[in-house]
Amino acid sequence: MAPSVLSRRKFLTRSGLLGCSLAASPLMTPVSLAAAPWDQRLVVIILRGGMDGLDAVRPYGDANFAALRPGLLAPSQPSGHDLDGFFAMHPDLGELMPLWHQGELGFVQAVSTPYRDRRSHFDGQDLLEAGTMGLGQRRDGWLNRLLQLQSGVVARTAFAIGHGDMQVLHGAAPVSDWSPDADLALSPQAEQLAGLMMQEDPLFASALSEALALSRSSVELGSMAGGDEGTQDMAEAMMEMPRAAKGKAHLKLAEFAASQLRGETRIASFSLNGWDTHSYQKRGLGAALKRLSDCILALKQGVGPSVWDRTAVVAMTEFGRTVRENGTGGTDHGTGGTMVLAGGAIQGGKVYGRWPGLGEAALYNRRDLMPTGDVREVAAWIMRGLTGTGQSDLENQVFPGLQMGQDPGFLR
Amino acid sequence: MIFDPELAEIRFGCGLSPGVAPVASRDEMLMRLRGHDDAAEQFPIAETEEILISVRRFAELRKLNRSKRGTPEAKQAQKAFRRFRRAHLKQRDLHFRQLLLRHITTQDGFRERLALFWADHFTAKGKNRAMKPLAYGYVESAIRPNVTGRFEDLLIAALSHPLMLHYLDQFRSRGENSALNKRQGGRGGLNENLAREVLELHTLGVDGPYGQQDVRQLAELFTGLSYRIESGFLFDKRMGEPGSETILGQSYGGAEPELAPVLQALRDLARHPATADHIARKLAVHFTKDQSDPDLVAHLAAAYRASEGDLMQVYAALLDHPSAWDDVLANVKPPFDYMASACRGLGVNPEQLAGWGAKPIRRNFIAPLRLMGQDWQSPVGPDGWEEADSAWITPQGLSARLRWAMAAPRRMVKPLPDPVTFASQCLGARANQRVQFVASAAETRAEAIGLVLSAPAFQRR
Repeated sequence: MAPSVLSRRKFLTRSGLLGCSLAASPLMTPVSLAAAPWDQRLVVIILRGGMDGLDAVRPYGDANFAALRPGLLAPSQPSGHDLDGFFAMHPDLGELMPLWHQGELGFVQAVSTPYRDRRSHFDGQDLLEAGTMGLGQRRDGWLNRLLQLQSGVVARTAFAIGHGDMQVLHGAAPVSDWSPDADLALSPQAEQLAGLMMQEDPLFASALSEALALSRSSVELGSMAGGDEGTQDMAEAMMEMPRAAKGKAHLKLAEFAASQLRGETRIASFSLNGWDTHSYQKRGLGAALKRLSDCILALKQGVGPSVWDRTAVVAMTEFGRTVRENGTGGTDHGTGGTMVLAGGAIQGGKVYGRWPGLGEAALYNRRDLMPTGDVREVAAWIMRGLTGTGQSDLENQVFPGLQMGQDPGFLR
Repeated sequence: MIFDPELAEIRFGCGLSPGVAPVASRDEMLMRLRGHDDAAEQFPIAETEEILISVRRFAELRKLNRSKRGTPEAKQAQKAFRRFRRAHLKQRDLHFRQLLLRHITTQDGFRERLALFWADHFTAKGKNRAMKPLAYGYVESAIRPNVTGRFEDLLIAALSHPLMLHYLDQFRSRGENSALNKRQGGRGGLNENLAREVLELHTLGVDGPYGQQDVRQLAELFTGLSYRIESGFLFDKRMGEPGSETILGQSYGGAEPELAPVLQALRDLARHPATADHIARKLAVHFTKDQSDPDLVAHLAAAYRASEGDLMQVYAALLDHPSAWDDVLANVKPPFDYMASACRGLGVNPEQLAGWGAKPIRRNFIAPLRLMGQDWQSPVGPDGWEEADSAWITPQGLSARLRWAMAAPRRMVKPLPDPVTFASQCLGARANQRVQFVASAAETRAEAIGLVLSAPAFQRR
């Protein structure tokens, strides 16, 4: 936004219309901000639907691989980007190659949650976010339990972003939630009157002033470009039925996350959907990977170099997919999968994990990649490094029943 | 205690309406509740049987679609399946419209509220597309007809419904020593999910007097509870664990797996004093406030115990107690109740709304509900929707409410009413000076209506 343009919000603030409600918000008063309990940033992206890790990070060096994926790896298809002589990245992740070379991008292969056999998205995601050994053991999520262990946590310390339910952040610790397309577009008059209406009800008053403040930060991100010039546009926007953003919604999530992480937020989490590639995987997975790649790049750009150096992005999915391609150019629900790690805090340039091989006998149930590691272990070591949380707390509280083993050194 | 008809509609019903006179007394509320379910008759929603037919057709076409892959008929089979799938899922939007119409027109609002309350207490949802629409049949057939009966009958109806057996994995749970398990060489096994939730959520409550051993034993006793999409509920003896089980010190069942001891265990759990306390607390929190009066809870629990879970007695006790009539509006309406009461307050024309198809229903109600934090019929876990006011009035949730309140009314009511009149129409005596000032000061009628609907006095009850 050019400095000469007087934005609607600035105008409102100057003209005093926003003054009282915003001043009342604890979030707008810098002195009330507690020092964040740690300095590093963690972004957890839940890839819902089951990402095919064998197509995202292709083990082309495994002698059995090509025969399992005749259609997906046909000679007519663009081949991937070689990583280390054994694994190659999907063609649509190409924009991340510079990060790989700078050591800011890594992967973990053949990992899973403890979930086995039923292969339901619903249960698989529940377990992924609960972080427990079995289903139904905890109702809160593991990121929230991490927060419960820290002192100095305020609502803004962690952000659940988007409309999807981020079970991973549910629980007793305070957490903020917001979706960039939740922007409150009210005419100046309506805004003032709404403030007046809610003034005497603290729950409503604080939610309103925070919603207005968050909408303002979105406006600064440019998500309402063109809408902040005149009150006529405002009035029209105000009368539109609220609906979830379409199109480049994923970029807005990442940009919003970055804008918060530049400030006092230390944890941000959101979901990316569209990984359930039962058919035409070439098209579907490529688009999903492109969205993931866009998000990682938007986070990097959005937080800026100094925060990026202290940032770890962890993308995880409820399960991997069958090693064999199915009859409709796709893959079905499997077991062992892949995690994506990015950020300046990550010791990248490496595909982590113990490779189980793709021979018939090495497979899980003779159909899926055998998990040789636990996604929770990866998350636990990263949180250990970023937040300094003790190993026994991670093994007993955050991920009850987990044994972390040796530090694989995911962080710099 | 002075009966306040407006408060009765706001707190225990679906809100004030310009076209429906508030109930005159506590006795009238109970009388209507005891009487015929007019709203269900006027705005029917498919029962379980009808939806199961659709679920079956879904399964057939899906199977056909799979079997035709790679053959010349593949395209046709796929098209038929997809077309049916769309229609199958779309019926939910039309059922939703019926539910909304009940809320808008009813003179028996307490029944609508109780149906929502108990559907939430016994949360169940379809875990795949075939089963999702069954959520409506579940409430219509298993919950709604039983909200005025005994708790134990409601419990049994909910637990033996295919949707619950599907949702909490009971239908595939089998005893280690069951006939089926032995024949198939030990494949499959016990699933504790439903048994755990019955103790934790449906009956005794999380602090109740049970342990892991009771969960395990109840899970073994439950083996055999199953269903078929062809025929509905079924007790499948072949899945049942032989031998007796001990739950809370009481022994159930003999050598052969049977349904009767399962039902007996459920009746005993329903009559347990801890269940009385648990249900009393939930009702008090839901209908009064998050930090409800302990005396009210005790009063409800006593009525429950004395009547062995006769719910009408418990409701009568609720309407009897002074703290149920506390003048201060407390609980925040959950998103659906908020929307429905706004439509009722606006006097939305039922004939007109009845003509709305699936698409406008989704766009104007289902999608905004999700933005308000209530993905309709898809609560995250078996514990259902949040009760805490703070769970709904988040920045994101309040923003979605405000935006809906500004945008939706003019799509439903033309012309919009005079805002000041509207304020007293939907708030009654609670349209205070502040609200009236705001209603008169807004720049446009649509803004004024939206602001009145945003008033905490309208969002609380």
